[in-house]
Amino acid sequence: MEFFLVTMLNSLSYGLLLFMLSSGLTLIFSMMGVLNFAHASFYMLGAYFAYQTSVYLGFWPGLVIGPALVAVFGALTERFGLRTVHKYGHVAELLFTFGLAYIIEEVVHLIWGRAPVPYHIPDILDFSAFSIFSTQYPAYRVFMMLISVGMLIALYLVLTRTRIGLIIQASLSHPDMVEALGHNVPTVFMMVFAGGCALAGLAGVIGGNAFVTEPGMAVSVGTIVFVVVVFGGMGSLAGAFIASLIIGAVQTFSVAFDYSFLDLFAKFGFQIAVDSGWRELWKVTIAQSAPVLPYLLMVLMLVIRPKGLMGTREG
Amino acid sequence: MVKQVLRSAALAAALLIAASASAEGALKIAYLEGLSGPFANVGEVGLRHLQFAADRVNAKGGVLGQKIEVVPFDTKTSPQEAQLVFKQLVDQGIHYMMQGNGSAVALALSEALGKHNARNPEQTVLYMNYGAVDPALTNDKCNYFHFRFDADVDMKMQALTNYIAAQKDIKKVYLINQDYSFGQAVAKAARAMLNKKRPDIEIVGDDLHPLGKVKDFAPYVAKIKAAGADAIVTGNWGNDVALLIKAAKDAGLKADFYTYYAGGLGTPPVIGEAGIGHLKQVTHFHSNIGGSRTAASVEAYRKRFPDAKDDYYWVSIMTAIDMLTRSMEQAKSTDPVKVAAVLETMKGDQESGDVYMRPENHQLIQPLFVSTFSRANGKDVKFDVERTGFGFKTDARVEAKDTVLPTTCKFQKPKG
Repeated sequence: MEFFLVTMLNSLSYGLLLFMLSSGLTLIFSMMGVLNFAHASFYMLGAYFAYQTSVYLGFWPGLVIGPALVAVFGALTERFGLRTVHKYGHVAELLFTFGLAYIIEEVVHLIWGRAPVPYHIPDILDFSAFSIFSTQYPAYRVFMMLISVGMLIALYLVLTRTRIGLIIQASLSHPDMVEALGHNVPTVFMMVFAGGCALAGLAGVIGGNAFVTEPGMAVSVGTIVFVVVVFGGMGSLAGAFIASLIIGAVQTFSVAFDYSFLDLFAKFGFQIAVDSGWRELWKVTIAQSAPVLPYLLMVLMLVIRPKGLMGTREG
Repeated sequence: MVKQVLRSAALAAALLIAASASAEGALKIAYLEGLSGPFANVGEVGLRHLQFAADRVNAKGGVLGQKIEVVPFDTKTSPQEAQLVFKQLVDQGIHYMMQGNGSAVALALSEALGKHNARNPEQTVLYMNYGAVDPALTNDKCNYFHFRFDADVDMKMQALTNYIAAQKDIKKVYLINQDYSFGQAVAKAARAMLNKKRPDIEIVGDDLHPLGKVKDFAPYVAKIKAAGADAIVTGNWGNDVALLIKAAKDAGLKADFYTYYAGGLGTPPVIGEAGIGHLKQVTHFHSNIGGSRTAASVEAYRKRFPDAKDDYYWVSIMTAIDMLTRSMEQAKSTDPVKVAAVLETMKGDQESGDVYMRPENHQLIQPLFVSTFSRANGKDVKFDVERTGFGFKTDARVEAKDTVLPTTCKFQKPKG
């Protein structure tokens, strides 16, 4: 029970962080049709900007300045990069963001070096919030969850309850009509791109010190974010939310299961010969294959339901 | 006129020859390590130690009149990348190389080196391993031109399990290691030796996790907690040990850590107070093994690298360079074949005492220490780690002769 509760909370905090990352990606995709390969790089930039700010001003200003800087950087990327290549079609856009990811990584190498930087959680949040039986639960994880949920609510309110949200939703499906009504659709696109990047940046700010801030952090989450978006359905925020929680749970819980096919076979009375070449394969436990499971889920989803959990587009 | 032109041409030629001679005059030692990627910080620490060792030799005029030049290569801690890098250093005509992080890399390099040396005896390369401790490197997969200066997994596990066996309150042990040759070797050795020395100890878990990929160990800690372990044995290094211990501390896990590499690189600041009495390590050196030579070395290193994260750690690098240069002087040559013939029976002395190279498998035999994280007190815990105010205190010292284990190594010595 203790194990279940603690792991549940761990998976929830991880899932929410994943959602913060993937929400920006899916928002940008649904609006602009751009699959942003550099999205995880904005996550990394958020962490590094917050680290740099925390060196001079402390953690709290970094929480605001980090995502703000990432948003500015995202806006510039859209205005002077994506908008220019947009007319050459989707392949050009894909290649652009792909190249951008590499450039950002190299620039991070140049400025902050190749080793991890000492970006730590602030002392004020470095205590245990509560205990579940005998396991302490760190306050910073609670803080991470609060930020994520707060952001989730804010995002929902902005999209459904404000005029900006209305315009964004309208330009999603009917950009020409919105433009005809006198709204500046390219600016809306730029804002959405900047906003999506800021969300990734915010995830970086709170994820960077919970884990490690290093140049490899973009690559390590980059692929998993795409799994979330594909699994949840391209362009669906609700789908991304559910997918984040599922993937978070799969990754966290699978570590605990030391069951392999060998055990399963044994349950049904089958024995695999000790000298069989297949034995090694059947011996692999769920815990050992934990890193592969999300990708397996994605492949299964693509086979069974190509549009994803809650996606609206076919194929 | 013609004479003058000829004279200046001759002068220019002489200058050119002199210039190329001085470039060739340096004794190049290639340093192959992950200088980017998840273990870049570990690679940089070793590089600073090697630089420190080279500077000491150069300050005394070098070896056989040549200065040592350290040439770093980035292997990204990947066996494939390391093999490419090995080709590069061969192309550059380098005959000495050093590596120590990652036994998978070391095994790949040792194999590439063996093939290369067999095919190109005139371009022989000598490999100094300061920290890759998979026992295979000096047993089944040993190589005449590979010399290891850190104690291997089994030697260290022998010392660690002897210590654990004496702790009567340990009943349940959890093994968590990185999923590659080294981590698997640690898990195997721990299981075998604990079963023999303390059959009453139950091994409640045996996890192998991906190398350098896990950024959040909270799920593993929850599992360790659920298993009810009161001691954890781990060979994790770099971020993999710092993050594991961070997660354990955050969850308030009350268990003792028996580690290979918790002594530096971010772990001490992470655990702080909570580690006192609970964090243990087995090493060939730590700053509080005592003696005036230890104090002098630690202080000299701190003076050269004043940053808080820099600790004098890799005595194996110092000893490797010391024994290498003395072997060269004794052989009166920098030819790796001649140097290796002297190095394999070389004796040395380091901060922890007298050491010697074992000729049967080219493993350095040296004292080992089991130590515990404690508060620095100016006496037996004189030096702290990473300027945290905490340092390691020796619990047990294993004399060099008691660390010798049987070996299966049978290498062919080169002819001539």
